[in-house]
Amino acid sequence: MDQFKQVFVEEAEELLGTLEDNLLVLEDSPDDRDLIDAVFRVMHTIKGSAAMFDFKGIVDFTHVVESVLDRVRNGELTVSHELIDLTLKSRDHIQSMIGSPSDVTPEHEATSAVLIGALEKLAGTEKKAPLPSVKKVQNDEDVECYSLYRILFIPDREIFFSGTNLIALLEELQDLGEYSCYAYTSSIPSLAEYNPEMSYIRWEIYLTTKASLNAVKDVFIFVESSCELEISSLVEASELPDCLGEEKRLGEILIGRGLITPEELSDVLSTQKPVGQIMMENGLVSSTDVESALHQQQTERKLREKQGGERENTIRVKSEKLDSLVDSVGELVTAQARLSQISSQYDDPSLNALAELIERLSTELRDNAMGLRMVPIGTTFSRFKRLVRDLSNSLGKEMTLVTRGGETELDKSVIDKLNDPLVHLIRNSIDHGIEAPEIRAEAGKKREGTVSLVADYSGANVIIQIKDDGAGLDRERILAKGREKGLVGPDENLNENEIFKLILQPGFSTAQKITDVSGRGVGMDVVSKEIESLGGSIFITSTVGKGTTISLSLPLTLAIIEGLLVRIGDEKFVIPLASVQACLELGQEDREAHREKRLFPFRGGMVPYIRLRELFLDRRELPDREHLVVTQTENGIFGIVVDEVIGDYQTVIKNLGRLYKNLQLITGATILGDGTMALILDLNKITALAKVESTASL
Amino acid sequence: MKQILIVDDSRTVRDSLKFFLKEGGYDVLEGADGVEALKVLETARPNLIITDVNMPNMDGLTLLENVRKSPDHKFIPVLVLTTESQQSIMEKGKALGATGWIVKPFDSQKVLAVIKKVLGG
Repeated sequence: MDQFKQVFVEEAEELLGTLEDNLLVLEDSPDDRDLIDAVFRVMHTIKGSAAMFDFKGIVDFTHVVESVLDRVRNGELTVSHELIDLTLKSRDHIQSMIGSPSDVTPEHEATSAVLIGALEKLAGTEKKAPLPSVKKVQNDEDVECYSLYRILFIPDREIFFSGTNLIALLEELQDLGEYSCYAYTSSIPSLAEYNPEMSYIRWEIYLTTKASLNAVKDVFIFVESSCELEISSLVEASELPDCLGEEKRLGEILIGRGLITPEELSDVLSTQKPVGQIMMENGLVSSTDVESALHQQQTERKLREKQGGERENTIRVKSEKLDSLVDSVGELVTAQARLSQISSQYDDPSLNALAELIERLSTELRDNAMGLRMVPIGTTFSRFKRLVRDLSNSLGKEMTLVTRGGETELDKSVIDKLNDPLVHLIRNSIDHGIEAPEIRAEAGKKREGTVSLVADYSGANVIIQIKDDGAGLDRERILAKGREKGLVGPDENLNENEIFKLILQPGFSTAQKITDVSGRGVGMDVVSKEIESLGGSIFITSTVGKGTTISLSLPLTLAIIEGLLVRIGDEKFVIPLASVQACLELGQEDREAHREKRLFPFRGGMVPYIRLRELFLDRRELPDREHLVVTQTENGIFGIVVDEVIGDYQTVIKNLGRLYKNLQLITGATILGDGTMALILDLNKITALAKVESTASL
Repeated sequence: MKQILIVDDSRTVRDSLKFFLKEGGYDVLEGADGVEALKVLETARPNLIITDVNMPNMDGLTLLENVRKSPDHKFIPVLVLTTESQQSIMEKGKALGATGWIVKPFDSQKVLAVIKKVLGG
């Protein structure tokens, strides 16, 4: 803020300069309204600006002068010689206070008191004008327990003319907690009468939140006057367990709202039709009322489940049991694929129907089984808070750990194996990445270093980033060390990511000093091994002086993927569906047109393609028409040319076994419906290879 | 990037607001009074206008009326800068079509919270 204080002082002096001139002119023409306004404005502006910096002495004093001038402006007070005189004195006084705004001296205070006395006497307001009390925006302490609010929000037709964005408003509510929103559209007129600039919808929102009623009301503070608003707390926080013990029936809710009496309820109940329908037929309530009450019932039910769920409705299961469940489901999925294939060969409607049913059920079962093993990564994240704290103490560094995306879910087996690599990476960031506080201060950074741990979904993968704002990696030194250790050949050219990835090699450490935390070159190689064994990949970016980001890309689950089955010659292969963007045909004429460059036009750009036949050294003649699968890989968008795209296919991944663990382009295998085998392609490796070859051929 | 027009005759207020808004990731346009603001609006279409009330040449409420009358700008949210004591101005502004208000003195957190409320996340 300091740079603005200077601006404030300059501006205030400028304003006081014009004020002096204006006051002198005003003395000669005391009825000039514009001049009076201008004089008032100066005081107003100075007061407002001074308040931004907490210059209380100046604010308090200018407030009094401003009030007096406001009375002049409203015609309650006339411009007199005495007034001009006092205002001029006040001006000088303000100027002297602005000279040292932060510490107003006792002399200043004394002068203020004298001038204020004189001004008030003149204005006939002997009593000290009440100062604006600076109200702090104070949220009542959030209640620790959930409450359920029903919010009925009917915006005025013209609400958009105040620039209000209803979506932003609803989003703000959504941020407060669990939220279900129902829009009642019955008042939308026919198209002929519809005015798109008007708001016709009535909103009913059920909000389960830990926030207080005032916090909820605060959301509507700007629209209070342009809507009908009713916020009622359906379940008080304190009475929640009791109140929710018994589920409310629809009729009870309607009685509670005073829409019907208990007698009317029991009358209609005796006719044994659905309650809501009966009441509508009897004209007791409208269809909207019933709908709304049903919403409330639903929301309360959910809340109850939530509270109950948190308390008792979980059971602990040994993870081996889950593993064997997932295994069986995997086998089931394979068997089902086989059934579907066989049924497609027979033109038997009942068999087809059964095959479809089994397919749907097994998909559902698969999703549920996989869901059981999904665990949010947040618990792993929170363990690192302690690690960071202890490490920064022992290394004498000032650190904070920021975590985001803790709700991201990953397969439990992936999370279990992720702990050690993350510990190594965080240690490394703190030890090598973040500089000592003094060095950071010298470099103009905050003394306190930040390591952030961020998880997010990206297709069928989860990306975990370990980001520090430290010194960054020294590219040249890493490369030199790499050559020295013989990890990089003398003529080998590496791109940035490849150079940075050298730090993951066994025995590699550029740290000059070995601490007990890291620097021995043990650990980082464990990281890359673990991540690769999980089918993931590592990507490192770094800017010297700014920091380093290490991104881990991990598959959501290890057991099953959705794949695209393709054929090359007589062999079938699986491309992971998550990376597929489109399937196109590549005819003779397209091949001719782009023969040299191996590029084809896609969505307005040119995309390179790789022919798998050539990659696998299949030298037989190309078929007339080929298919091209457009894929998004970590190396960018690539087209993969195959003979034929067969269709999508749920695939259980089978490991290839120890003997094949160094195979580069294949991540695994799967058994197809007809009992034959298909290999699963590793697109990242394939496209990386193509990239290397194309750079080499340049 | 969302664009915000600041209208205030005080350079201190404009500069500090600008600083907060830029920190918050917004693009900033400026005008020292209502007349200048209307001039800016001839060629620009900001996502939000923040205006002081008491200004020379054209005050903030007149600016607001003009904005609401303009077919191009009538739905732009307008936030009025007021002080705690100016309850009447909030009501007057609301009646003329102001979206909301920011109470002076303000800090970065407060300003950005109000803007998020009006513009959404």
